Amino acid sequence: MTEASAPAATATATETVTALRPGVLGTNAARPDGVPKVQGRFAFANDLWAENMLWGATLRSPHPYARIRSVDVTGAWKIAGVEAIVTAEDVPGQPTYGLIRQDQHVFASAYVRYRGEPVAAVAADHPETCRRALEAIVVDYEVLTPLTDPEEAIAGTRDRIHPDGNLIRHQRILCGDPEATGPIVVEGNYEMGMQDQAFLGPEAALAVPDDDGAGLELYIATQWLHEDRKQVAACLGLPEERVRLVLGGVGGAFGAREDISLQVHCSLLALRTGRPIKMQYGREESFYGHVHRHPAKIWMRHHASADGVIVKIEARMVFDGGAYTSTSPAVLINGVTHAQGPYRCPNAIVDGYATRTNNPPCGAMRGFGVVQACFAHEGQMDKLAAAAGLSPVEVRLRNAMRTGDPLITGQPVDSVAPVERCIRETDALPMPPDLPADADVLALPGGSGRTADRGHVVRGVGYGVAIKNLMYSEGFDDYSTARCQLNDGVATLKFAAAEVGQGFVMLAQQIARSILGVDEVMLDTIDTQIGSSGSTSASRQTWISGGAVDAACRKVRELLLEAVAERHGMPALQLAIEGTDVVDTIGSLRIPVADASAGLRLDETVEYRHRATEDLDENGQGNCHVAFAFVAHRAVVDVDPELGLVKVVQIATAQDVGRALNPLSVAGQIEGGIAQGLGLAVMEEIIVTDGMVRNASFTDYLLPTTLDAPTVVFSLIEEPDPQAPLGAKGVGEPPCISVTPAIAAAIRDATGRDIGRVPVRPQDICLS
Amino acid sequence: MSVLTPSTIDEVLAHLAERPEALLLSGGTDVMVEINMAHRKAPAEVVALRRVEQLRLWRHNPSSEGTGGTVTIGSGLPYAEMEHGPLAELFPALAEAARTVGSPQIRAAGTLGGNLGTCSPAGDGLPVLFALDAIVHLRSIGGQRDVPVADFMVGVKQNVLEPGELVTGVTMPIRHGWQGYSKVGVRNAMVIATASACLAMDRDRGAVTLALGAVGTTIIRCRDAEGWLAGELDLSAEPLDISDAVAQEFGRRAAADARPIDDHRSTAAYRGHAVGVLSSRLLRRAAA
Amino acid sequence: MTQEPIGSPEIYRLQVNGESHDVQDAWLGESLLYVLRERLGLPGSKGACEQGECGSCTVLLDGAAVCACLVMAASATDADIVTVEGLAPDAALTDVQAAFLDEGAVQCGFCTPGLIVAVHHLLEHNPEPSALETREALSGNICRCTGYGRIFAAVDAVVASRADQAAR
Repeated sequence: MTEASAPAATATATETVTALRPGVLGTNAARPDGVPKVQGRFAFANDLWAENMLWGATLRSPHPYARIRSVDVTGAWKIAGVEAIVTAEDVPGQPTYGLIRQDQHVFASAYVRYRGEPVAAVAADHPETCRRALEAIVVDYEVLTPLTDPEEAIAGTRDRIHPDGNLIRHQRILCGDPEATGPIVVEGNYEMGMQDQAFLGPEAALAVPDDDGAGLELYIATQWLHEDRKQVAACLGLPEERVRLVLGGVGGAFGAREDISLQVHCSLLALRTGRPIKMQYGREESFYGHVHRHPAKIWMRHHASADGVIVKIEARMVFDGGAYTSTSPAVLINGVTHAQGPYRCPNAIVDGYATRTNNPPCGAMRGFGVVQACFAHEGQMDKLAAAAGLSPVEVRLRNAMRTGDPLITGQPVDSVAPVERCIRETDALPMPPDLPADADVLALPGGSGRTADRGHVVRGVGYGVAIKNLMYSEGFDDYSTARCQLNDGVATLKFAAAEVGQGFVMLAQQIARSILGVDEVMLDTIDTQIGSSGSTSASRQTWISGGAVDAACRKVRELLLEAVAERHGMPALQLAIEGTDVVDTIGSLRIPVADASAGLRLDETVEYRHRATEDLDENGQGNCHVAFAFVAHRAVVDVDPELGLVKVVQIATAQDVGRALNPLSVAGQIEGGIAQGLGLAVMEEIIVTDGMVRNASFTDYLLPTTLDAPTVVFSLIEEPDPQAPLGAKGVGEPPCISVTPAIAAAIRDATGRDIGRVPVRPQDICLS
Repeated sequence: MSVLTPSTIDEVLAHLAERPEALLLSGGTDVMVEINMAHRKAPAEVVALRRVEQLRLWRHNPSSEGTGGTVTIGSGLPYAEMEHGPLAELFPALAEAARTVGSPQIRAAGTLGGNLGTCSPAGDGLPVLFALDAIVHLRSIGGQRDVPVADFMVGVKQNVLEPGELVTGVTMPIRHGWQGYSKVGVRNAMVIATASACLAMDRDRGAVTLALGAVGTTIIRCRDAEGWLAGELDLSAEPLDISDAVAQEFGRRAAADARPIDDHRSTAAYRGHAVGVLSSRLLRRAAA
Repeated sequence: MTQEPIGSPEIYRLQVNGESHDVQDAWLGESLLYVLRERLGLPGSKGACEQGECGSCTVLLDGAAVCACLVMAASATDADIVTVEGLAPDAALTDVQAAFLDEGAVQCGFCTPGLIVAVHHLLEHNPEPSALETREALSGNICRCTGYGRIFAAVDAVVASRADQAAR
């Protein structure tokens, strides 16, 4: 007997699904990689193996900040089975890399700036040999006092820990009348801990050197093949054509694979030894080896009219970027430009800072700066509701943005903006049943730990609403490339878009089936033998790479129809594809696509770009984003206030998806994103003290289990976006953004406590 | 490195006599983690206990007086076997504690022997052993010694096991009266105890025992709270009448015995607070 | 003290998916997970934590669902071991595997093999689990992509279809 967790799909979607040909857009098409995945035959990067291969491993700094006096590898060379040892002086090309600024070192040479920074790497015949070799390398560190307080970085009271300085970026937004005030003023301090992407498939790569030692093939689990290639080639001092990247199966990403981790190390060892090198991280090393979500401290003050309409917002946001730049400048921009939330706001003063410290480097994680801003602005909206005597739903409806309203950056939100619908439909979803008097212990906060009896439990309800930009911003020339071939009725697609589990490989096939009228769509290897598809991040692949596949298929279709038209002596404009046939729309000609394409070799490669975006000026004004999506969440929680334990009972959500291209896949994104937002709300945090990570393992970095997952009920809002090539907005990020503040609000509702921090810890609820 | 797989206790003891430093491998749920993470140097010799059936048994030892007797549980019995069935009926608190150990996969492999070998103050089974005054049976080729569990565990991950010794099992009395276990964790599965407690009533002796986990260098028996409650009420009476004030005072006294610390999992303040709450609530359940 | 060589000359034998495998030249501290993946050509079981905290390496050992990363391979010489590769012959799909596909329970797929084994184990011992029983039985298997909703739907689908077949 199941719980009520079925998607409350709209009637339109249900009708559409039953009328469509299997496998086209709008259906629950099967994943092409599904069968191998359930059989355990799918080759993740971790599963790759090559004849004559060696294992590689990395030596990492035990200190968050230290000067390196010397590195002595002689002891490691004495160990039988060690074939190569590399340090900073062995990096043949550029010694540093980075997505935005190349300030991060392949291997530390003069300084280590975070606990876990790579100092050396070895190649050996067995992982255990590698471990012993690393142990035998002696690094003489002069330990320094780490800079760990972002405020010191902003104030400039500490020496620079990096030549580029301790402030990565500052951005101000000034909008409207900075002197505006309102009769209602509410303010608050909001803090967010450091979340980790914690994808399950640890970092892994297999590097296979070319025979001439001047090139290689790198099989890598990553989010952006071409960006990896660019950095690897630069660091190896090789032309990009000699560095060929192939996507190894990816076990999740969520932003953590945007920065490179073991790519250069693995490649360098391969070139040094002339043998294939397999590298993979264990879970502990994975925590040290990738960037995390920025911890943040945000102060906000909202001025409003007596009836709760926002007049002005003020905010100060501090994002701690840790030791290296990564994507901090972009994360900051997302944070400050989303400070107002999905609400109309005529006046604003916002200051945002991204700092450099000796804390672990932070960068991309699903939500990318908006998660932090949303926690703050939703906390503010509830304070505003209380001050104005409105319900949390009413205050949000009263301020809800509509299509065309501007952000505080001056940019009009010309994406479809169904904020009111998101809120109303979320609120209309059925509430869960009350906790019965004889509730099973597993249904109570504390679960099988039996900490609570029914009488100790109080229920609370909370809301959160979010706006999230889609795709990249600030003038970035983002594009994707796709190739479509149609030979004898079989379509083949090639693209470099990284499949990380989100299902793009499935979507691409759906597009081709819909446009070309074929059922069988082959997928070529995902590698750098074609132009870039950009990153699998920022909720962009469906729009941009989907747009590229769509455009390439359309071009092929055009050529096909032209060929048929010529063969039958009629204008191509008369022809169309209907189901799996080419049809004359005004006549009786009907030819199966398979027959029509027989003997033809149609082959088109297309680059798809979205419209241009702008930089922000010094007052944070400019059309810096491409498009936006909206979502609302309602959280129902049961709390044991005396022990501070929380059970998230149900999450209800209505999400603005534009068009559900694969409803089951959308459900998966919603439920998965909610789980991550839940984790951030009540259990997930990388605990850092004096720059040292205290919990680099799944023992103490807690991910939600099946016993923590709430019931999820959802509604899809399908108002196709005219800008989006398929009408669909990206759906990956919104599910994890406003669910966290909704849960925090529900805890406040249940306990009366002013929760200003996530993750909420038991002591935050039950102790003062 | 050699891995030995004996099938009887005598074979184990013979191996241990020859190689006293050999690593005893029970379910592997602590030891293999340390080897995988290279926190423990791979040992030169491993004596795997998987095939020693004698260690996976439990038996009821009836008493001559006919008042319940004791139960001896083999150190190799997996936690999964303690969650249901006759053993669970005899020791409901042990069943409750077993259910909170790790995950189903961990429970299929983890054992009391492992919990005792590791001796972490957060070990889920340990508060039950302390509350029930368990006797730990140690054997070596030289003989046997029986150590009260409170004397067996002497510190964080420290016990009195000597090289060459094997924990063969524990013996606990069957008591008449309610017993229960609670464990605080931030997540609903696979979580190390932030604080835990086991309470057991002994109607025949008119006594209560209370043991706390994760709030000291060893499991803590709250003798002050136990003695105070026995003085306040007739604990052999049925039903027990526990007022709010009594439950609260019981919890306060229990918390006063705790010696919690701050660490990355929690704070001393929270842990101390939590064990007080758990103790009060367990007592109320005993009376309900 | 001389450095001990990694590989041991001893040979030990493992019974996996009904076949006997000799393991030679192995470091005796290797976990069953390592041996399956790196020596026996059975990479279906995955390693996401090597601590028993994620269940990606779940295999059946004498009928019990355990984490292969916590089994010292050389100590499992007499055990009947079943991995995801051994659940169905050749290219066939079990009903559980098919249900995972139909219900959208597979995204990145890293947790999938361990979950498939765990679900088979659950339903063998409890053919009609309640929602809470399903959740508790799978609480040792972490999924980071799906949030579990589609996984529960897959379990429900198998339960329903098996009950349906039993009824006929």
